Parts: sequence; C-alpha cells; structure tokens
Amino acid sequence: MHPVLKIILQRLALGLLTLFIVSIVIFTAVNMLPGDFAQAILGQSATPEAVAAIRRDLGLDQPYVVRYFGWLTDMLQGNLGISYAQLNFQSNMGGQNLKTVADQIAPRFANTMFLAGVAAVIAVPFAVTLGVLAALYRNSAFDKAVNVGTLTSISSPEFFLAYILVLFLAVLNPLLPSIANIYQGISLADRLTATLLPALTLTLVVTAHMMRMTRAAIINLLASPYIEMARLKGVSPFRIIVKHALPNAWAPIINVIALNLAYLITGVVVVEVVFNYPGIGQLFVDAVKNRDIPVVQACCLIFAAAYILLNLAADILSMLANPRLRHPK
Amino acid sequence: MSAWILVPAVFASLLALGWAGRLAGQKATGNAPTYRDMPLAVAFGYAFALALVVAGVWLYLQPATLDGAPRASVIFWRWAVHFLAASAVAAFVFRLAGRHIGTEGTKKAFRNMPLTAAFGILVVLIYALTAIFAGWIAPHGQSQVFATANVVPGGNAALGGNPEFPLGTDQIGRDILSRLIYGAQNTVGIAFATTLLAFFLGGTLGFLAATLQGWVDQVLSRLVDVLMAIPSLIFSLLLITVASAWVSGAGLTAAMVVIIAVIDSTRVFRLSRAVGMNIVVMDYIEAAKLRGEGLTYLIFREILPNATAPLLAEFGLRFCFVFLTISALSFLGLGIQPPLADWGTMVKDLSAFINYAAFAPQIASAPLLAAGAIALLTVAVNFVVDWMLQRSSGLKE
Repeated sequence: MHPVLKIILQRLALGLLTLFIVSIVIFTAVNMLPGDFAQAILGQSATPEAVAAIRRDLGLDQPYVVRYFGWLTDMLQGNLGISYAQLNFQSNMGGQNLKTVADQIAPRFANTMFLAGVAAVIAVPFAVTLGVLAALYRNSAFDKAVNVGTLTSISSPEFFLAYILVLFLAVLNPLLPSIANIYQGISLADRLTATLLPALTLTLVVTAHMMRMTRAAIINLLASPYIEMARLKGVSPFRIIVKHALPNAWAPIINVIALNLAYLITGVVVVEVVFNYPGIGQLFVDAVKNRDIPVVQACCLIFAAAYILLNLAADILSMLANPRLRHPK
Repeated sequence: MSAWILVPAVFASLLALGWAGRLAGQKATGNAPTYRDMPLAVAFGYAFALALVVAGVWLYLQPATLDGAPRASVIFWRWAVHFLAASAVAAFVFRLAGRHIGTEGTKKAFRNMPLTAAFGILVVLIYALTAIFAGWIAPHGQSQVFATANVVPGGNAALGGNPEFPLGTDQIGRDILSRLIYGAQNTVGIAFATTLLAFFLGGTLGFLAATLQGWVDQVLSRLVDVLMAIPSLIFSLLLITVASAWVSGAGLTAAMVVIIAVIDSTRVFRLSRAVGMNIVVMDYIEAAKLRGEGLTYLIFREILPNATAPLLAEFGLRFCFVFLTISALSFLGLGIQPPLADWGTMVKDLSAFINYAAFAPQIASAPLLAAGAIALLTVAVNFVVDWMLQRSSGLKE
C-alpha cells in the first residue's frame, strides 16, 4: 500500500474514534441533567405512573450503555428526535404534523453552510494575497499597516466587527440589509445580498490569522539557500515568492486555512445571532436558552463533527501538499 | 449599476496617477534608483495610499451638519480620528515619561519600546485602575434604576439629554456611564479570575504530568485531547445548558467561570506539560529528587520559577481569549447574569440604538462604546504580548 494512503487511513480511523468519544462526552453531559424526556413531555403535574409508562415506551428505563448505543444508531440514521419546544407546541395546539429535530436542522444547516462557504470564498484568496504582499514588502509601511489592522481584527469580538459593518454598510450607507432575511424559494442574488454582511464579518474574523500565517510561512522560507540562489541569478522578488517560495509554503498555509474554516464553524454562532440569520448557530443558542435538550445535543454533535472533519482535512491536505511525503524514496 | 463603472474608473485613474508620479519622480531626481526600479504595482500602492489620505482629510473637513441635520458619517469619522490622535499622543507622552521616571530597569525597557507597546501598557493600566476604583469613579450604582429612561447622551437638555447622565440612560433607566465603568470591574475581573483558575488547574496538572509521566501523563493527555476535540464555545454552551438546570443568576455566572476555566485549562495543560518536560530532565531536578524533596516542592519551587517566562506570555493571550469568550457568551445572554453590569450584555441590550445612527450619531455610540471597550483591551494586551515575545525571542522578522 502507498504510504500516504496508509497515513490517511490511520488519520481517518483516529478521527472516527475521536468523534465516537466526543459523542460519549456529549451524551454523558446531557444525561447529567435532572429530569428526562418523559418528565418534559408530561410537564410538572405528571403522575409517577404515567412517567414510568412513557419511560418504558421510549426505553428510558434501559441501562445507560444500551441507551447510548440506541441514541448513537438513531443519530447515524439521521433520526435526531423531537424537540421539546415542538412537543409543547403540539400539546397546546393539538396539531398533528410534528416537526422532528432533523426537519428543523436540515434547512438551517444548508443556510449555515452557505454562509460559511461565501465567507471562505471571500476570505481565502483575500488572506493569501494580503499575506504574499506583506511578505513581498515586509517591514514597509504597508506591512506595518496590515499588521496593526489584522491584530486589531483578531482582537475584536465578532459582534463589534459586525456592528461596525452594520453601522457603515447598512445604516449610514444603506447598501446591504442589516437583518438577513432568508425565506424559502429566495433567489440566489437576494440570498447573496442577505448573506454578504454576515459573510464579511466572518471574513474579517478569519482573514487576519490566515494572512499572518501565510506571511510567516513565506518569510520563513526566504532565508533558505535556494531562495538566495534565485535572488542571485536575478529573479524578480515577486517571481521568487510566487514561483519558488509559495509551492513550499502551501503545506502550512493549507493547514491554517482548514483550521480557520473549522473556526468559522463556531464563529457563525455569534454572527448569526447578530444578523438574525436563520442558521444552525442561532437555533443552537435558542435551544440552549430554552433548554431544548434534543436540539442542543444534535447541534453540538454536528458542530463537533464539522470541527473534527475540518481538522482532519487540515492534517491530510498538508500531508498531500508535502512533496517529500507524496514521493517517498 | 454605477458601482460597476465607478470602481474600474477609480482603479484606472489611480494606476495612471501612480505611473505619472513615478515618471515625475524619475525626471525630478535624475533617474534615482528608488524611482527607476519601482514596479508599477508599488507606484499604484503609493497612489492608493495618497488617495485614502486625501479622502480622509476631505471627509474630516466636511461640515458636521447639512441643512440643520447632523451628518453621521462625518461625525463618526471625526470621533475616530480624534480618538486615534489622542491615543497616539497619550502613548508618546507615556513613553517619554517612562524614559525619565522610575528605576533603571523600567527606564531601559521604555527606551526602545515601540509606540504600540507603550499604548498597550497605558490602556491596561487605565483599565486596571478603573476596575479597582469603579465604586469611587462611577457617578451612580450599576443596577440603580432612574425614572428617566432613554436619556440621550451628550447632556444637552435641548436634545433630550440630562447633564446628570453624560452618556444617557438605557431602556429601563440605568446610567450607561456608570454601567460602563462597573463593566470594567465585572467583565475584566471575572475574565481575570477565570484565567487565573485555568492557569492554576492547567499548570498544576501539566507539571504533574511532566514530573510523574507514565500512566498519569497518559490519562491526563488523552483526556485533554478529547476535550480539545470539541469547539470550545460549543462545549461551554452545552455545559452551561446543563448547569442552568441547577443554578441561576449569580450561581450561573460562577458555573460559567468554572466551565470556561476547565475548558481553557486544556490549552494551558498542553503548554505547561511541554515546558515542564524540558525542565524535568535538568540536573537540578535530579538533585532535588535525590535530596528527597516532595512533589509539591518540585513543582512549585523547582519547575514553576523556571517556566514563568513562557507562561506569562501565554497568560496574556489566554486572558484575551477568555475575555472574548465570556463577552461572546454574555452577548448571547448566557454569560455574566444581571444585575451585574457587563459589556457583552450591554452591547446586546443597546444594539437597537445603532439603527438611529443616521440622524442621531450620539445615540448609536452607546453600544459601540461597550463593544469598543472590549476590543480596546484585547488589542492593548495583544500589543504588549507581541512586544514581549519579540523582545524575549529577539526575532527581527
């Protein structure tokens, strides 16, 4: 077997193991809560017999390990349960069509992925270009200005950047909507306009880190002898960086890009709340406030899975970008 | 549609300006190397920077009112310029004072300090003093409710202000200035306590793992691996949900402190274990072990003093991280609980005021001040840590 394939398979197995352990942690944390599904469904005035009956029906009287594996197989089949809020709604209104957690999460998950995707499409080229330029003109006024600017945007809380953008691009100059109104059947152009302001906020948050790492990776390489050689034979500075330094700097840059995309996944929570964006982050925060356990559990697992997958992707991609690993002797 | 024409037009004219400027420079200096070897892209960069400066000065000089209505962009721009100028002057004066007052050691440190670091130290000092003396500085109590709600900032009675409340009052009639000042005590104080707890936990366990090694190290390290595999904001939200079933109000704030400290101590554990590993192989540790010193002595008297430098820089960065996490949680309504005044909650509560920025800029300033207070402190700490790291490693690039 090709050694790279072997390493990748090892990493994948390790990632799956991590995900498995993380699911145990999430399940345990949620099961520390007093009361359970049966009590939540019946409310405060439930008789002990009724609670016991529902527990038996739902299998909540089973041992812990059995319940965990039951929950895990449900999750893997996409059966995320029914949210408590929906249950209350149903018992009050007498409605029939109960929305499952999966029904609630699916469209919001798509929205969040769209937001993160737009942010990544803007941020990655922007950050790499800025990083290359800062490395090219290092220690110049441009480099220093970019350095102070990125340090400021790394340090600012997401909501500060979001409100500054709202102030200038939505309130003072009404170019973009400050509330992301996304409805079913929205056209792509409207969707992009509504997503742009949250996406720009996320761009500001992640660009700084990616740009600094790109700059550092390139500058690290500029001290190597083969760059010195290229410089001595009269290659222009721009060509040195793009043709000679960048190919060898890809591994750390790809790594930091994937890590920042993983950061995007958690960064969306605050940004979605600021712009009232109907994504999974907002759903998560609402569920935490209402203590809607099935939703919290499902969102947590999705966020953790995305985070682990992107970290895994960072590992694998940076290995693939390394020619010494791709072509072993 | 006009943007599609405007942007390329501006780009082309800046390019032309850069080209013309370079040509003029070549002619005026008799083809000096600076101008002769300048790529067009660099010339464009200079033209772009020049255009930015000109636009900034032009905007600054615009009248602040037009037909009696305030022009919010001009007013905000002036505030930003005044703030930047004031902080630059303050940092410069502070550095000058530092060079002449104090012991030989501090004078030396100030001598080749960049302006950004001086600014950072000054801001951290001001925040610390505000936090400690908040009770004396603040004109009113942090949860004192007045009958006059929604007082406009500025203290101008004609515009609906009140000189008693220089920054106005919020929706339920609490003085915003007092709440900002108490916010320094609560937000910064709680973040500081959380970081200390995280360092105590993570540092102790990390050094323990480094000293004992074997299965203790294995168990602790694997546990930390698992905890770090969950994004920290998501994990803390999950644990806060669990905690909110038992406690509320001040109890929930305390639970949040413990939760964030535990989650954050994983990062401290990694660092202190790595630093500790390098120290335990030293001869003096071997000597102490042979002397028959106990574990506590080894950790706190032998390892800790030799690990202070890297841990101190990490403390600054961790503090920023914890501070931002707590602010984000408070902003979401799940962090520091009322009646404690805190900046994240204030931003959330006052955020609707931003929508009035176009016709009443001073109203919109209240939420931005609270959010800016958070940003300013983290920027300042980052400036100081950047300088400390550069000084200790002697990095030039």
